Formats: sequence, C-alpha cells, structure tokens
Amino acid sequence: MKRPSLLPTSAVNLVPTVQESSPDKLALRRFTRNPIAVIGVIALLITVLASVLAPIISPYPPTAIDLTNVRQPPSADHLLGTDSTGRDVFSRLLAGGQISLMVGFLAALMAVAIGTLAGVAAGWFGGIIDGIISRIIDIMLSVPAVLVIIVLAGVIGPSVPMLIVVIAGLAWPTPARIARGVVLSLREEEFVQAARAFGSRTGFIIFRHLVPGVLPPIVVSATLLVAEAVLLESSLSFLGAGVQPPESSWGNMLNEAQSLTVLSSMPWLWVPAGLMIAITVLSAMAVGDGIRDAIDPRKNT
Amino acid sequence: MNNETAKKPLLAVRDLTLDIATPNGTVRILEDVALEVHPGEIVGIVGESGSGKSMTALSVLRILPPTAKIVSGGIDFEGVDLATLSARRMRSIRGRRIAMVFQDHMTTLDPVITIGAQIVEAYRIHHPRSSRADAHARMVETLTQVGVLDAVERAKQYPHQWSGGMRQRAVIAMALINDPDLIIADEPTTALDVTIQAEILAVLRELRDRRDLSILLITHDMGVIADMADRIVVMKEGKIVETAEVHALFSSPQHPYTQKLLDAVPRPSAEVSEVAQPEAAEPAVLEVENLVVEYNRTWRRKGFHAVDDVSFSVPKGKVVGLVGESGSGKSTIGKAIVGLAPITSGHIRVGGVELKELRGSAARKASETYGMVFQDPASSLNPRMTIGECIGEPLVAHRQSMSRTARRERVVELLEQVELPAAWVTRFPHELSGGQRQRVGVARALALEPELLIADEPTSALDVSVQAAVLDVFQELQQRLGFSCLFISHDLAVVELLSESVVVLQRGQIVEQGDARSVLNAPQTEYARRLVDAAPLPDPARQRARHLTTITTA
Repeated sequence: MKRPSLLPTSAVNLVPTVQESSPDKLALRRFTRNPIAVIGVIALLITVLASVLAPIISPYPPTAIDLTNVRQPPSADHLLGTDSTGRDVFSRLLAGGQISLMVGFLAALMAVAIGTLAGVAAGWFGGIIDGIISRIIDIMLSVPAVLVIIVLAGVIGPSVPMLIVVIAGLAWPTPARIARGVVLSLREEEFVQAARAFGSRTGFIIFRHLVPGVLPPIVVSATLLVAEAVLLESSLSFLGAGVQPPESSWGNMLNEAQSLTVLSSMPWLWVPAGLMIAITVLSAMAVGDGIRDAIDPRKNT
Repeated sequence: MNNETAKKPLLAVRDLTLDIATPNGTVRILEDVALEVHPGEIVGIVGESGSGKSMTALSVLRILPPTAKIVSGGIDFEGVDLATLSARRMRSIRGRRIAMVFQDHMTTLDPVITIGAQIVEAYRIHHPRSSRADAHARMVETLTQVGVLDAVERAKQYPHQWSGGMRQRAVIAMALINDPDLIIADEPTTALDVTIQAEILAVLRELRDRRDLSILLITHDMGVIADMADRIVVMKEGKIVETAEVHALFSSPQHPYTQKLLDAVPRPSAEVSEVAQPEAAEPAVLEVENLVVEYNRTWRRKGFHAVDDVSFSVPKGKVVGLVGESGSGKSTIGKAIVGLAPITSGHIRVGGVELKELRGSAARKASETYGMVFQDPASSLNPRMTIGECIGEPLVAHRQSMSRTARRERVVELLEQVELPAAWVTRFPHELSGGQRQRVGVARALALEPELLIADEPTSALDVSVQAAVLDVFQELQQRLGFSCLFISHDLAVVELLSESVVVLQRGQIVEQGDARSVLNAPQTEYARRLVDAAPLPDPARQRARHLTTITTA
C-alpha cells in the first residue's frame, strides 16, 4: 500500500521562504512607499498636532475681543491679522481646528463603529436581520443630510455634540454597506466554512475571521468619512446651523467672508480657514487612497 | 508523424530567454527554451505550475504581460520571426494563423453575447469583407465540426445555457474558424470532468487527423499528454529538461525530473486483486442512511436534490473513497456531515451519535469527533492568521481550559506530524507553497484527534509531485493514528491508491459501491465504466490501445 517515498527532495521543502511578514505588515510597507499618502499623513498629523496644542501655541485667547484692532491685515502682532471684532485669526484658526477635527474624527469613528456592526450582522445572519438592516440603510441614504441637520438645529438648538451625533447617524450606512458586502463574500470563503465545520463559536468567527477581513476597506471609508464630516461641519457652521460664535470653527470663520468687500480686499479673513478645510479633506482622501492601494491584493509584491 | 519530422517545422522556438520585471528586480522566466512543432504534429509541454509552460505559449502569440521582455532567442513561424514582428503584422497572425484555446471556458466567453455572435466575430476580425451570411454559415459549419449538434439553434444561445464541455467546444470552434495552422491549447481540459475531457480530447485528435492541424498542448496531466502528444517537452523552472517522442519518454525517461514526475503520478493497477474478505463486522464510525440534501426548497416548490437517498458507511480505521463528477453530490455529502449543508431527511451518525437532531452546544461537542480537510489550501486558511493560529483554531473552540502553552505545544506536535518545521507557527499562509499549506490543513483537521476525517478533494489543487508527497504524509498518518476517512475525489487513481472501498455517485445517487480495486478495474455499471474509461492512463501504449478498442467496438 505504501509507495516508496519518491520525493525526498520536495517532500518537505525546508528552505525558508520569504521573511516572516503578515499581510498587514506588507500593506504598511506598500503604504509607506506611496509618497502622496505619506504627505497626506504628515499634513494630517501637523494639523491635528497644531489643534491639540492650540492652548499652548495660540498667541491670544481665541475669543478675546479687541475693538481697537478690527480687521487688521497680518502683522508681527497678529500673524494672520484680526477679524471684524478684533479677534486674532491665527488663534481662532487653531481653536477652530480643534472643533472641526473633533467633529470630523468623532463622527467618522461613531459612523464606522455603528456601520461595521450593522453591516457584519446583516451579512452574517442574513434573512430577516439582513432585510431589516438593509432597508434602514436604504432609508437613511435617501435622507438629505444638510436639511435634517438644519431642521434639528432649529428644533433642539445647534451644538457640537448634536453635530457629531447627527453626522454619524447619517453617515453610518456607507461603511455598513461595505461591511455587509465584504462579509457576504467572506462567509463563502473556505476558511470561514472551515471554522464553522470545526465548531467555532459565532462570536469567535465574527471577531476573529470577519471583522479583521472587513477592517481594511472600512478604514478606507473611514478616512473618506472624516473628510466628508469636516466638510459637512464647515458647510453647516457657514450656514449658521453648526458651531455658534463666539466659539470658532473653520466653517463659521468663513461665515464672515460673506460680503464682497471682505472677499476682495481682506483675504486673511477667509483664505486660512478655507485652506485648512481643503488641506484636511485632501490629506484624508490621500490617506484613504493610499490605504486602499496598499491593501489591494493585486498589488501584492 | 515520424515521416514528417524531416520536413521544415511550422513553428520553431529558438533559445528563447524571457525576463519579467518585478518590484524586486527582474526574474528570469524562461531560459534557452527551444522546441519545434511540425505540421500535423501534437507537441505536449508538461511541467508543474511555475515551470514556464504557459509563458512559452504566450510568447509565441506575443500576448505577454507588459513587464515581460524577450531577452534573446527567436520564434520562427514559417520563416518569420514572431519575436520581432511589428504589432500590426502580429495581429494578422494571431487568431488567423495561430489560435489559442484557453483553460477557463467560463471567462473566455462573454456572458452577454450569444455564442454564435462571438464565433462570427472571431471570423470577421480577419475577414472584414466577408458577408454576414458567409460568416454565419462558416460558424455553423465549424460548430458542427467540433461536435455541436443542432448548431444553428444552439448558436443563438448564451454561454450560461451551454454546459462546460459544450462551452469548451465553442472556444475550440472560435480558434478553428479562421482555419489556423497551429492551435495552442493551454490546459484545455483542466476545468472539465474526466468524461467530458475525453470527448474534448477526441475532438482535438480528430481535427488534427482531418485538417493536418498542429497543436501545441500545454498540460500538467501526464495522462492527457500520454493520450495526445506525439512529442513531449518537459519543462522545469523555465528550462526544458527533456524532449522526447511520447513512447520513449514514458518507457525510458532520461532526465531525473521526468522520472520523478512520472513516478509521482498515481497509477491505477492493471489487474483485479483478490477480493478482500469482508471483515468481521467492525463498528462503523460513519453511517449515512437514506441521506437526502435538498436545496432551494420553498413551501410550495420542491427543491433540488443534491443528494438523493444515499446510504453507506465507513468502518473504523478504514478509508472510503467517494467518487463522481462535478454535480454528483460528493462534496455535498461531506458538507452535510460537518454541518455545512442541510440534512433534509435521512440519518448521519458519527461514532453512533445522530447528527441531524443536534443543535447548539451538543452539535459543537459532536464536531470534536470529525475533522475536515478542504479542497483549496489557499482559501481554507485565513490569510490574516498565522499557521499556529490556524491549526490552533479547533483547540480554541473545543479545549477552552487548555492553556496557551499547552495549545502551542500541541500545535508544534501537529506541525511535526505533517512534517513541517515547528518554527513555522508564526508564519502566514501566503509564505507557504500549496503543498505546505495543505499539510497545515491536514494538521488542523487532526488537532482534536478525530475519529473521522473528511477529505474533500484535498490534492486536486496541487501539482502531481506535491500531491504525491501530501498523499504520502496522509497515508502514513492514517496508518499511524488509525482514524477513519471519507476521501472525496474525482481522481480515480488517487482513490484507488488510498482507499479500501469506494462509492460511486451520479447525480446525487449511488450507482455502484464496493471494494475499491474491483469497482475501479471491473466496474459493473455503465456509468462507473464510463468514468473509469475516461480517465486517461499515464501510459501511451495502453491509452492508445483503448482508443483502438473504442473505435472497433463503436
């Protein structure tokens, strides 16, 4: 019955293969080789750091009014000049960054947490659970976000926590759909079938097999959500339904630039805030693209 | 074809060397590859995955990946060097003079265009001035030639309405419609069942005989090559190790690698052995009784019976082979045992425990008694988990009190059982070769010392020599540990090698079962006989003798 051992050489190929590296480490290596993504990370880090350190860096309190120094152009005293009530624009930019980024990151984080759980549950359990969650997603996607927030701001009053919760509440369907799609394909993978055949518990399968598989695409969508949330916060604050003065945010700093005189002759009042929004959104998107390219198995080297 | 070898070759590949640029530097894919194809000759290229056999074919047609570069050598086709030909003139040769038949009939055909239109398109590309009616008539004629009955009507259908074997005929017709001189067939039957494979190979052989067509046949299957080729080129790691006439190669292989390849092929034995005495009623580890698995059943509609009233048993310590073509329900039976397919009616007992009624923790407890090895080791191991975590997964599920160190020790022990180094616990699946991964799959299945192992085509995704090594490990473990095994496979030779008895399935029903040797050498039913006859023997003399008998008895 036993055949002679035919293949002494290839029976066990003991030659060490490539160096040990997990798929995630390989992805990280590819990410760091992508210059645009790295620039995005650095820009985001600088922005976040500046905002976090705002109380230390700021030359003036962001809400200190100085009616003797109104709409002054940039100078040695006021790096980016002063606004219509004499507040230091640079200090307000840093403080505004705190609010804008907090809203952006917290809203995206909440949206991703809710979305991942809902999507994984829908994909894994299927049937009625999938039906209910998918219909909720469809309904949420058909709601015009800006309108809802303006209405809510009118009814319960505008505030930062309200902004975060509402943006998250409106944004979670996107990661949920992605998670559901990934789980639908993962559950047919043989390694998930194998886990079921070996009697692994549902919780183990979800947290050990499904969530790690879902995370990479979700992280990509999270970075885009950050960009979206920052934009949404800015638009709402600009419209007056978001962050209320005297608190500053990038959006309500732009609010001041509504008059033509300001636009044409006082660029220091609106260019910095506009630039920060643009830089943040662009970097977040660059990071997202970088992650997506890094985890794309077709680029496996 | 010996009288023709004196003639000028149709295709001559001269010392072809090919590099591919990768981010980690250039890799030499082919080195000094030289081969000739004469008119009316079938030349086979054999080799394992990564040997460069497909790359050789792609270079002839110059449809290489953009990073590939022909470093030196040439490809002479009727005196023209294809390696340096202009893209425009190359296009007039590609498809017109040299046509390709690809492996995967699913992706070669466009699902949203009718088969007829696709074949007509292939013709009109090279005959832009031909009328629609001419092209259509030619399409019908070509389809008829490759054995499609009622071609006029069937050409109006879409690919999903055709079966796999029919689709592959359509792909061949597409290659044939421009009346090429050379067909390059890259694993043309690998995706097909053996009985269908036999038909497709017969079509190709007949075309060669009738049209004096040359065929460059690329395959990893020594049986197919023995069946088809006049001359054989053996490739390994981008180099040709041996070129020989078919009978010479099989009877006296010169190169050690060729010998190794031939030895690795599991061979069906020629004679019927004495029928083994039925052993004194050993308790059966697995009993399947009147099993029915039904899919897509709704309250008003009867579902599809993937498994229909199947009964058999696996005695303790024995290996039972489950064979059949795709769609015969053999994998579904395995899945039903491990709980991945519904048991619509009937019984499955493992170690006397009825599995059908079990739910929740009782079902989990019962799953300790069986392990499963899956078909594709690339997808049955989670790419994000280390080898150690993969093997340890059943332990985590069932031995919750087991300490981390004890689990690690057990994993190392299992790795050693399947002859892999213990240090590999921290590696990831993508760092291992296919055969090594499948050993990990076996180790995982054995982690809980199951009484029953279900192996679902465990070696069909592997190269022959790797398959032989994995089967060796498997066989040794089976004898040492004494587990019972249900071995599911479409490869009759593998089943005969491993198992004492065999169950033959067709469309969800058992058509024959009994002692493995007698069933596979002297099948009693028509279907089993067809299955056995269709599997090409890795022996040109015997295989060709079979053609003669089919012709004379037909």
